[in-house]
Amino acid sequence: MDAARRYFRSPAAVAGLILLLVVIAMAISATWLYPRDPLSLAGRPLLWPFSNPRFPLGTDNSGRDIAAQIFYGARISLLIGGVATAIAIAIGILVGAFAGYYGGRVDNVLMRITEAFQTLPNFILLLVLVAVFGSTLTTVTIAVGVVAWPAPARLTRAEFLSLRNREFVQAGRTLGMSDIQLILGEILPNALPPVVVYASVVMAVAILLESALAFLHLSDPNVASWGNLIGLGRDVLRVQWYVSAIPGVAILVTVLAVSLVGQGLNDALNPRLKGR
Amino acid sequence: MSEDAPILSLEGLSVRLPAGADRSHALSNVSLSVAANEILCVVGESGSGKSVMANAIMRLLPPEVRISGGRMVFEGRDLAQATAAAMRAVRGEHISMIFQEPMTALNPLRTIGDQIAEMFSVHTDLSKADIRAKVLSLLADVRIAEPAAAAKAYPHELSGGQRQRAMIAMALALHPKLLIADEPTTALDVTTQAQILKLIRDLQQRRNTAVLFITHDFGVVAEIADRVVVMQRGMIVEQGSASSVLNNPQHAYTRQLIAAVPPLKAPPPRKLAAEDILTMSGLSKTYRTGGFLGRGARVTAAVKDVSLNLPRGATLGIVGESGSGKSTLARCIVRLIDPDNGAIMLDGKDWAALSRKDVRRETRHIQMVFQDPFASLNPRRRAAELVAQGPIVHGTPRTEAIAEARNLFTLVGLDPSAGDRFPHEFSGGQRQRIGLARALALKPDVLVADEPVSALDVSVQAQVLRLLSELRERFGLSIIFITHDLRVAAQICDLVAVMRDGAIVEHGRTSDVFGNPQHPYTQALLASIPGGDFTRRRDAANA
Amino acid sequence: MRILSLAGRRLAASIPTLILILIGVFLLLQFAPGDTVDAMMAQMGGGDAATARELRHFYGLDLSIPVQLGNYLWRLVRLDLGFSAIYGKPVATVILERLPPTILLMTAALSFAFFFGLLFGVAAARGVNKWPDTLISTLGLIFYATPSFWFGLMAIVVFSVYLQWLPPGGFEDIGNVQTGIWRVIDIARHLILPALTLGLIFLAIYLRIMRASMLEVLNLDYVRTARAKGLDETAVITRHVLRNALLPMVTLIGLQAGTMLGGSVVVESVFSLPGLGRLAYESVVQRDLNTLLGIVFVSALLVIAVNFIVDLLYARLDPRITVDG
Repeated sequence: MDAARRYFRSPAAVAGLILLLVVIAMAISATWLYPRDPLSLAGRPLLWPFSNPRFPLGTDNSGRDIAAQIFYGARISLLIGGVATAIAIAIGILVGAFAGYYGGRVDNVLMRITEAFQTLPNFILLLVLVAVFGSTLTTVTIAVGVVAWPAPARLTRAEFLSLRNREFVQAGRTLGMSDIQLILGEILPNALPPVVVYASVVMAVAILLESALAFLHLSDPNVASWGNLIGLGRDVLRVQWYVSAIPGVAILVTVLAVSLVGQGLNDALNPRLKGR
Repeated sequence: MSEDAPILSLEGLSVRLPAGADRSHALSNVSLSVAANEILCVVGESGSGKSVMANAIMRLLPPEVRISGGRMVFEGRDLAQATAAAMRAVRGEHISMIFQEPMTALNPLRTIGDQIAEMFSVHTDLSKADIRAKVLSLLADVRIAEPAAAAKAYPHELSGGQRQRAMIAMALALHPKLLIADEPTTALDVTTQAQILKLIRDLQQRRNTAVLFITHDFGVVAEIADRVVVMQRGMIVEQGSASSVLNNPQHAYTRQLIAAVPPLKAPPPRKLAAEDILTMSGLSKTYRTGGFLGRGARVTAAVKDVSLNLPRGATLGIVGESGSGKSTLARCIVRLIDPDNGAIMLDGKDWAALSRKDVRRETRHIQMVFQDPFASLNPRRRAAELVAQGPIVHGTPRTEAIAEARNLFTLVGLDPSAGDRFPHEFSGGQRQRIGLARALALKPDVLVADEPVSALDVSVQAQVLRLLSELRERFGLSIIFITHDLRVAAQICDLVAVMRDGAIVEHGRTSDVFGNPQHPYTQALLASIPGGDFTRRRDAANA
Repeated sequence: MRILSLAGRRLAASIPTLILILIGVFLLLQFAPGDTVDAMMAQMGGGDAATARELRHFYGLDLSIPVQLGNYLWRLVRLDLGFSAIYGKPVATVILERLPPTILLMTAALSFAFFFGLLFGVAAARGVNKWPDTLISTLGLIFYATPSFWFGLMAIVVFSVYLQWLPPGGFEDIGNVQTGIWRVIDIARHLILPALTLGLIFLAIYLRIMRASMLEVLNLDYVRTARAKGLDETAVITRHVLRNALLPMVTLIGLQAGTMLGGSVVVESVFSLPGLGRLAYESVVQRDLNTLLGIVFVSALLVIAVNFIVDLLYARLDPRITVDG
């Protein structure tokens, strides 16, 4: 397909894809490479990277293997990122589609709700949700998804608003199609591409939000996540700064990869003037 | 027409397109000249390269499109070789340009007066007070209403015609030797178009400016050209004085273009049925926008109390300029919009009063063909599917509907195997045929065609209109035909209604309304058709 | 006048949103395990059920939820945000104490992000698809992907631990409180790293938007008209492109106000700044739900205020916006 060819013509997009595949590979191979619980004590605390061949990335304050935590952390980030994004996109499409298609009262009410979610700073809402529902992996994932749905909703609504007056949709109405047939069959397939591409942005935000929560010790402490490790490393920042540095690089690389892939997809699916 | 030496002469100009375009060169070996004090019209359809030529002369081509050969001699200098600084000195002061879309060609965040004044501040040393005075006198020159108010207005606060006048004022501010006009009237109403054409001709004569006028409409050529150049696919196919090219065209393409200008005289009237298939009475639609807590709302009456009859098998034309309400009326008729008042009797039932659910069921009797061939087909569905959608929604099994669709393809002049292709693989004219096939798939009694040929090239227009007439005969269709182009209406409509500001000002048989218009607005519309005299003489000669 | 009435309308429209937020969060907090009284008793070192009942009655926590909600909203109208069990002060007082550092931080971060975002965005657009553009856009992407708290930590390591140029945290030198201009400089020194950290991701966003906006405007018809008038490239950009390209940026400030406030939670925690964000974090950890609700209210107000200012600015810049929208 043209789109696939266009995607692979961009070096940035290809680089992003490779990085993403590396992260996915890390997540998949974690149990195989590090069969023991990554949060179990493995060696002497605070070993520097490259000082001991058994711990290529050193150990943290409690003597746990940093490399193991990085590999397992990839799972958590991808899992939370993926599921939270799916939740946010699903809610967003539902709200945006109905608001954009029906307009009027329905739109007003739905937009008020969306605006409410957007006026309240998303991290503060996240804090409230965590305060109320606790910090398990499930609740954090759902909370992140709930915090992130307004932007996809606005995007979907904008697409629906512009598409519902397009002549081919009007043609569908003159042919006798019902509202549901028009929404699902005519408008949604045309509205979806930009929203799907936007999912990459949502995923980047989700990963960053969760890691910030973990850094503040407000996420699930029983999983090996990158944010948790950074939070731990804060206590030994002055000397053993690598404990915080390494997982941060991991987050950076993953979010960068997701962003590059998203951008590449956007350029591939919407070929526009050069220099955009 | 004059004996003067040419102001501008293009010698063997070629402009190269980047790889992947539909041809290698936008312009191939183009040679023409514009003398001082004459209007040279460059005519061609879309893709002929006429706009590229205008941009090339001003050296405003996009970076991938390059001049690959030839010279552009202006006052003894070859512009193709000029430096950027030299070109900047030429632009605005010696050669000016006006564009097609006045709304987008003006900076929306700055006042008109500001933008005209910029011409002076860039090229001259005049004081602010002097510049202000000059701006006002320019605006008065182009006969804009209330020049002082216009100078302080923003582009969106003026009408299309006023914006174009402002652009002309801006272009002529420094008395350039050459004015390049790139389709300046195409986006305007017929009446406004006539005024702007007249203005350009007046100004040209008063100021002795040479004008290079680009257009696709031979009617415009007949109206203002001194000399004509006809272009096709980047090459000049014919040039000469206006009268010789118009009355004695040599090249086949020129003849085709001239013939495609629809004659104003209606074909001999057909016999009309006695009974009406569709009757509209008292249709109204009003829009209320804005307003805060119910106060200060803007009320627009888009359709005011319209009553018309459509005899069975006849074609009723509804003509009007933009803003006349004809599109709103069309959408009310097919119930895409719900009218506020009035009745639409279709086959004995009041169609306007039906519930949404009943409308969906009964809509098979009245179908619509849309204006924009690019936007009226879902880009993600194959052509056969698009045509079969209607019957499928109403219960026809899929395979049967698709087979029917392929039959319809043949009927509208398309290859049945083309049904597997996507819309973007078809040309504009072909897409309109698909749109027609889709509308016919439900075997409607009434067809509402909303400007079905306005977005097509002139030669393609004629083909689609012919197709419509054939289908009308074959299926016994009753058609409501919306258009802004009276010449098109004259071709295909038995009855015509003239619409203005939401109301019908005149209606009757086409030959009566066009031959002997009663209402002053109808008369103004007919008088505004560019090249009207030429067309009438030609039709008289051909009759 | 048009500008004021325009922004005024939008402001009036925000009131239902504010009420929606407050009701929503209030109801949400009812599901929280433990309430203010539990927190207070934990502070007091324990107590019996009778004391708990008395306290609950005193604070009106034993009334039905709709009544509690009504009471709360009524008190809010009078700007009474309740009492913080943890700090022993009215919530309003606590919040007001913590507001200045946050506002300073956000203003500094926003100015930094907007100014440099604009600069780099224009530079990238001018050299589109050539090396300046690639470099700037890549940097932008990396900044966007950088977790702010991690950047803050690394900045502390580099600038405070190794180079010792800047203080590692705090709002001002507590042991040596300055006055006058020296105090301003002291606070400024303390705010450099936090402002940079908070502003980084927004720098990336503004950069990208400015670049895209410039490229879009450069392709519009009126830019071609400006060139056809004989203006040189700099004049075209300053007189016709910049102001038009700035419009999306201005809108963005409003849209990002909430995100920035949320970001300050993390940045203030990293740099130990006594601001609103850190107060929010502390309220969650200490289960001071009154204060948390108060912070929600104030945050929403802040965002609405910023959006109001942005609306005024936008209406001033764009004459096309009318009351009928």
